[in-house]
Amino acid sequence: MQSEIIKRTVELFNSEEIVRAIGWRKGDFDYDLNPSIFKSSEDLEKNFVYNDFSSANLSKFLIKISQKEDGKTLVFLKSCDTYSFNSLLQEHRISRDKIYIIGVPCEENLDPSKIKAALGEDVLSMSCDGETVTVETLDGTKTISKSEVILDRCLACKSRKHVVYDELFGEEGEVLDSKRFDQVEILENMKPEERYSFWRTELSRCIGCNACRDICPACTCEKCVFDNRDSGVENKVATNDFEENMFHIIRAFHVAGRCTDCGECSRVCPEDIPLHLLNRKFIKDINEFYGNYQAGDDIETLAPLTRFDAVDVEPSIVKTRENVK
Amino acid sequence: MQKIGVFVCHCGTNISATVDVAKVAETLAKEPGVIYSTDYQFMCSLAGQNLIIDKIKELDLTGVVICSCSPRMHELTFRKAADKAGLNGFLLEMANIREQDAWVHKDREEATLKAVALGRAAIAKVALNEALIPGESKVTKRALVIGAGIAGMQAALDIADAGFSVDLVDIEPTIGGLMTQVDKTFPTLDCASCILTPKMVDVQQHELINLMTFCEVEKVEGYIGNFIATIKKKARYVDPDACTGCGLCTQKCPTKNVLNSFNLNLDNRSAIYIPFPQAVPLVAIIDAAHCKKLQEGKCGVCAAVCAPKAIHYDDCDKLVENKYGAIVVATGFNPIEVHAFNEFAYDQSPNVITSLEYERLMSATGPNGGTVLRPSDKKHPKTIVFQQCVGSRDTTSRGKTYCSGICCMYTAKHAMLTREKYPDTDVYVFYTDIRTPGKGFDEFHRRAVEQYGVHYIKGSIGKVVPMSNGNLKVQASDLLMQRQLHIEADLVVLAAAMEPDKSAKHLAQQLTASMDNDGWFTESHPKLRPVESPTAGVFLAGACQGPKDIPSTVAQAGAAASKAIILLIKDKLKGNPCVAHSAENMCNGCGACANVCPYSAITYVEKEFRMPDRTTLIRRVASVNPAVCQGCGACTVACPSGAMDIFGFSNKQIMGEVDAICQ
Repeated sequence: MQSEIIKRTVELFNSEEIVRAIGWRKGDFDYDLNPSIFKSSEDLEKNFVYNDFSSANLSKFLIKISQKEDGKTLVFLKSCDTYSFNSLLQEHRISRDKIYIIGVPCEENLDPSKIKAALGEDVLSMSCDGETVTVETLDGTKTISKSEVILDRCLACKSRKHVVYDELFGEEGEVLDSKRFDQVEILENMKPEERYSFWRTELSRCIGCNACRDICPACTCEKCVFDNRDSGVENKVATNDFEENMFHIIRAFHVAGRCTDCGECSRVCPEDIPLHLLNRKFIKDINEFYGNYQAGDDIETLAPLTRFDAVDVEPSIVKTRENVK
Repeated sequence: MQKIGVFVCHCGTNISATVDVAKVAETLAKEPGVIYSTDYQFMCSLAGQNLIIDKIKELDLTGVVICSCSPRMHELTFRKAADKAGLNGFLLEMANIREQDAWVHKDREEATLKAVALGRAAIAKVALNEALIPGESKVTKRALVIGAGIAGMQAALDIADAGFSVDLVDIEPTIGGLMTQVDKTFPTLDCASCILTPKMVDVQQHELINLMTFCEVEKVEGYIGNFIATIKKKARYVDPDACTGCGLCTQKCPTKNVLNSFNLNLDNRSAIYIPFPQAVPLVAIIDAAHCKKLQEGKCGVCAAVCAPKAIHYDDCDKLVENKYGAIVVATGFNPIEVHAFNEFAYDQSPNVITSLEYERLMSATGPNGGTVLRPSDKKHPKTIVFQQCVGSRDTTSRGKTYCSGICCMYTAKHAMLTREKYPDTDVYVFYTDIRTPGKGFDEFHRRAVEQYGVHYIKGSIGKVVPMSNGNLKVQASDLLMQRQLHIEADLVVLAAAMEPDKSAKHLAQQLTASMDNDGWFTESHPKLRPVESPTAGVFLAGACQGPKDIPSTVAQAGAAASKAIILLIKDKLKGNPCVAHSAENMCNGCGACANVCPYSAITYVEKEFRMPDRTTLIRRVASVNPAVCQGCGACTVACPSGAMDIFGFSNKQIMGEVDAICQ
């Protein structure tokens, strides 16, 4: 697949259809890929990688780049990334006409942390051949079944469908019945004190690195409220444990109704905090209150939380939730 | 440096009975920025206001906090006082320690603590307040009255009599509304036409009233003093200026079997018709759905016989746009459809009719020229059963939960008139409760029972079974005597509930005027602002606001007109300076604010920004039209970056209040 993608992209470079491509670049380790800009076909042929570790969602990088006037930018999007792309398009954050999308097929991505946890830290290289992951370590070659080391977010994959693309590699996928709200339900069924203690345990590990915010394709504000002295939240971080308690909750509120559930926040978290569960709780609530809604499904449907419908003058469209625990 | 003055009001004993006002004043005196704090018996009195004015001048206060009642009550009073003392009124805040504290708590200690917390919040906010100056806008000296029933006509006449131009719009080809179909009016039993038609002529002849019949309000934009309405003039196919209303076309029209909606389909009319002989304007109209010429292209009789050449088959809908300073809504009501009430067999027998249909049967302009004949075989009915509360006070999904208010009276009227005209007729009325609270109303009802011998029975019809001879087997229960009744009736009359006219909903959306769950327009305050809609510049007349009889409708129409006149007589209006604004450097241009703005006050502009690396960047940012913005704040909560903010209620001010309360 990687060589086919490179071949086609080189063609596009040569025909001057595109002036740059955003993709995954070889890192220090072959399981550690970097989202990167390729400015020439030579660079791409040499350093572009598409494999089971090409997890990064590249859509957010388009915000700045699509404002460049010099020509089209090519971007590789997996199915879940296309939802983020649509969401950004809907919020006028990117210019569609400056972008050429190659949809790349996605089987489940692998989680290097899980592999290391199972087989030890001294990993030299990892590769996956269908169902088996082969890992070279200092202690020799080891293998593990792929199903044991799949990224959490891919285990609850919501869709294999590319909702937007110019060109698609592989077959058109389908929306899946992901059962992604099962974990939310477990949390909902906890007693309040259990749930509080769950989140305290998780959130207390936060080191305030902002990786979740910086990677999030819904967090695209020109100036983030947490960096804004006038917002009234920025200066509270130093005075108490506010950040730890509230940062993630405020962030979840800010992306509520806009989060596509791409799962990047949890993937990049160095402390493995399951941040996506906060967002998923919002998605579940929104679905229950206002009917099913998938952010990024298309660019026409307005999000339930930012929709003013003329027919709901009063009474309001808010429904009561059934089976409130 | 902040120099804040705090004034704590006793409100007689309204506040001081539950809140230790002296202690509140004493505690708030220690808050940062406060240099003066006192309590006083009535802050809103002249002496109280003078105290504020004197202290502002004496101590050169930069902000004032009044701990008293709701800002809805006296904010304007105190702002004016501050302005008088030379302090911008928007540098004054009110802490509501009456409605939100003294009135809802019993424990003095706790209520006092709460008063302090509320005072603290107001102090924290006022420290962040900025002086605001309201903008001004001109007033278009023209009113739009929507609906030309008795309410709309009265409002239009009153406004026009005050010297302002009025456009009076109605969806029907004639003005007059539902009252044109009524035979007699309670409690005086004078003929409805005799009091209505002269008013219709007055409206037509008033030089300041522009009649727009067969027109529909499509779109309303703008704001108080400056509304822009798009009105659809529906195709009438007859030039109203040329038509003399001679009626020759209606006689010659070959299509004579069209159901006559004016008589509620109890008889037929021609495809070209004049709604009724007293219609205003007295002009024919072609019913396009039934006209042979318009449907099949063959015929053209009406054009051939029309001497003034008023018929134009190529007529089409036209849109006109006009500016108005004030809008009066008078869309009225309609009886509900009774098909869902199967037990009364309305759909099975033509002899089961609604009260309005009975009204037509009794009317001299009705299908039988005023003789009551039952629809199936045109026989005189000898036994008539009236059923009240059909769909009123009904908690099932078929009906309405409210009382329609007028059915007790008009049913008494029907019963009485029937017994008067046909003394050999037996009249039964089944009622839930009799509700006759108007002037002379109960006496009227008692006359029906005592003088006219109408059989009033508390209870309800359980089932109506039509028989082959047209008679109706009525099975009913008498709740007082606790027995079942079996009556063989000739006619059953159903007092159907009132519901808002169908056009009201679309109009409410256009006006951003709020409605209650039943679709009635809501007033700004149920007691103190009963004819004003919460949308500034929109006034409510008649039954569009709730079930009403004719006297109340006319009274309310007059009140709505006077409110409209008060607005139109002004040359300029002061705007509300507490409107939204967008911090462009923070705005992402995502569109969330415009999506939620109910007033369409937000648009987007492309703006050039200087970037840190000396390049420029063109970005899409939100821009608020302060004249259209009502300051509702929906945009500020929708904005993810916090770029959208409201003057006078900024995010920072509100956070300040919250922090002060959480101290």
